[in-house]
Amino acid sequence: MFFYMQILDIAGLQNEDGSFSGDIWGKVDTRFSYIVICCLSILKCLDKINVKKAVDYIVSCKNLDGGFGCTPGAESHAGQIFCCVGALAITGNLHHVDKDLLGWWLCERQDYESGGLNGRSEKLPDVCYSLWVLSSLIMIDRVHWIEKAKLVKFILDCQDMDNGGISDRPNYAVDIFHTYFGVAGLSLLEYPGAKTIDPAYALPVHVTNRILFTK
Amino acid sequence: MHGRPRNASKPEEEAASAAKAVQLRSLQSQFMTNHHDKIYTNEAIELSTKLLEINPEAYTAWNYRKLAVEDRLARIEPDPNLVSAILDEELRVVESALRQNFKSYGAWHHRKWVLSKGHSSVGNELRLLEKFQKLDSRNFHAWNYRRFVVELTNRSEQDELQYTDDMINNNFSNYSAWHNRSVLLSSLLAQNADGFMPNIKIPEEYDFVHSAIFTEPDDQSGWFYHLWLLDQTLNVETPLLTSSWPSHGSSIILSGAGCLSGSSSMFTTFCSESGSFPLILYFDQAVGGVSSSTVTIDSELKGNEGLVWEPIPNKNSQVSCVWVARLKYVSSDPCEYKVKIRVGNSPGIVSSRGYNFNAPYEFVFTAHVHDTVEDSQEGIVSWTDGFDIWDAKSKDLNSLVTLDRLNAEMDFKWRQEAIDSEVECFGILPDSKIGKLTLARLLMAREAMVSDDAVKGVHYEEILQLYNDLMALDSSHYQYYKDEHSKAFLHKVTSSSESLSRHLLRYRDMNNLVCLRLNNLSLSRIASVEKLLFVQMLDLSHNELHSTEGLEAMQLLSCLNLSHNRIRSFSALDSLRHVKQLKVLDVSHNHIGKHSVDTTRYLCSSLLSNSELGQDDVGKQNPGLVTKYWDAYCVLRDLNLKQLDIAGNEIAGEEFSSFVLQVVPKLVWLDGQKKLGN
Repeated sequence: MFFYMQILDIAGLQNEDGSFSGDIWGKVDTRFSYIVICCLSILKCLDKINVKKAVDYIVSCKNLDGGFGCTPGAESHAGQIFCCVGALAITGNLHHVDKDLLGWWLCERQDYESGGLNGRSEKLPDVCYSLWVLSSLIMIDRVHWIEKAKLVKFILDCQDMDNGGISDRPNYAVDIFHTYFGVAGLSLLEYPGAKTIDPAYALPVHVTNRILFTK
Repeated sequence: MHGRPRNASKPEEEAASAAKAVQLRSLQSQFMTNHHDKIYTNEAIELSTKLLEINPEAYTAWNYRKLAVEDRLARIEPDPNLVSAILDEELRVVESALRQNFKSYGAWHHRKWVLSKGHSSVGNELRLLEKFQKLDSRNFHAWNYRRFVVELTNRSEQDELQYTDDMINNNFSNYSAWHNRSVLLSSLLAQNADGFMPNIKIPEEYDFVHSAIFTEPDDQSGWFYHLWLLDQTLNVETPLLTSSWPSHGSSIILSGAGCLSGSSSMFTTFCSESGSFPLILYFDQAVGGVSSSTVTIDSELKGNEGLVWEPIPNKNSQVSCVWVARLKYVSSDPCEYKVKIRVGNSPGIVSSRGYNFNAPYEFVFTAHVHDTVEDSQEGIVSWTDGFDIWDAKSKDLNSLVTLDRLNAEMDFKWRQEAIDSEVECFGILPDSKIGKLTLARLLMAREAMVSDDAVKGVHYEEILQLYNDLMALDSSHYQYYKDEHSKAFLHKVTSSSESLSRHLLRYRDMNNLVCLRLNNLSLSRIASVEKLLFVQMLDLSHNELHSTEGLEAMQLLSCLNLSHNRIRSFSALDSLRHVKQLKVLDVSHNHIGKHSVDTTRYLCSSLLSNSELGQDDVGKQNPGLVTKYWDAYCVLRDLNLKQLDIAGNEIAGEEFSSFVLQVVPKLVWLDGQKKLGN
């Protein structure tokens, strides 16, 4: 009963154009599209929303550089790209993505010096983009376009060797989010000892397989 | 959580921080009480102001304020001054919060909410934006807000374009301004607005973006804009038919499943158990609406009314570059048939961007239907013995060369001049990465525009050399340049009948099947498939391929050799499910099973229709194996393979082999051993 009520709410937050509002106050952002599609696919309730319209809205946020923004016309940003590519992946719609064009935009996020990834051009590298950019590259099968070893080194350089945890960049304060993003990034880079995760869900593959392959 | 230095804090700092936390928690708790009890007094609202001034990320506080505003508006007289006063206060609080953190989602959204109540002036908002964009010209919240204000106030696209002009002239290193410019310009060009004709505007934009690229070649701000301009120069919006199989003027031989005696080495022979052959249409961009009403068939081959056209590979999507229909023939009814196809007979073929296919194209081919003489043999197919050289003088190959996609109506001159001018400019940036990369792309564009056969292919040597240089100059992106190099290499091979015929052979033992040998070429990418639709055997062994993406269009392919490549999983072979003619597949000595991360699982259309996974006999008997080898199961069960090689992969072994034999019960040869006969 509990989660059926929640699903009704979520479905009610889909707008005419296929977009999703974050709450009753109506803010629209493709991040919400990803959250809805991700959650409902896990709950096997994607039919509660209009998937075609949701996909059409996401595609309307595609930019001329191949990336995606938070709303139509908004600048491409790695976090938004992850959300849009993830939502398209989960709903089987990656054919809408120009993989070569987006792949080049994404692989140019890698900083030559540090090996880290930034979220947009002329910005500083940051460990959280190890997840957003890396997952996106993996989903569109262009991850071989970055230098993985250098990225591993960047993530490891962001560790606080005295107190533990991972920070956004070397010698900055650690926090739980960047520790998670760093470990997830290492897993996607096949770092020994890290459990394999699924790039669209950031959940372990054995969990997503169990969800996807059972009715 | 971003950008805080990692310092051990001093005791005074820790005490100050702890005190601040206490204050904040107390504020928050009082605020939550007010919110839950729906208290909207001046005092309560003032408390939320205090909270937001310290922490603009207190999302609930912004929503509380919206409720408070609505409550007050409901209570007061509908006096515009009173309303203004209330809303003005909200704008003041937003501005003060933004000074704390000009990236606060909550603050910007609250301002939008106030504005959508019809408050504040364009002038005010643009002034505010001016302030924030001076602080950070890349602030995407400010840019989004600007687009919101522009839409709300109907400011013209031309005025906004001028704004991007100003921002860029002030500092060209502003990707956000270039992005906005691309959005505005594509809208104005699409509308054919006054003063926005592509043949004039695009060359102007090339000049404009040079400032960004040539001043600081390492700054990415102009790179993607330039690439977009190139796309606008090279690509026409109206969809075109790039190639077909059979092609215009060709002759094909159709027969049943067996062998023909004395089969011709002059024509392509197509054998089918099902008594149908594929008709392939390859467009230059994804189109929808290909059907028996938009594509007409005129022939005496019986039983072909109401032909069903399918997009390959996406059945779910109604658009694709590649469309296939199957024409039936009866092999016991030998005869010669002329077949006339008219593409775009009636309107209805539309690109995914909404442009109509508006130049009907007609092509004619001859189909010779022959009877089968002998039973089909199930001898093992060899990749090394039994091949004859292709007769290069064969007229058949000329007719296999693709349609010229150039059309004088497409306002060709300005495009060619623009490319030529850019090639000259980029010649002056010899040593920079962006210089070489752009030059390589420009030369590829030039090649695509060449119609004179005599000069076709002249640029490829230089293009390949540029990519080699880039692999050395920018080794972090080695694989990107490698893929581009492979694409250019394949374009070169397929650029003329002469170069292509050097790689073509006939396989004697199987009705002289047309075989294309592209092994040992360090290929990491497949390309130019539209020119290879006639290929029946493809040897891609000893290369660096990790996916078969693109091969789905090769509907005639019956034998494929991918041994000694870098295939990591069966999901990477998903496109082969659509190649129904495939009988022989060699994926030995690859990396299947070696890597834990699957980079092709979401490109695999079978993943989401997995409700049928495990519902057939194999699935019911081996649910564990079907889950373990789900991608192999999905690919193999859709094919009718007679011969498969999987040795030399980590996945290979007794368990996998016996699973394969269950999924493909008609398999005759597995890893060189005969299996059928149990």
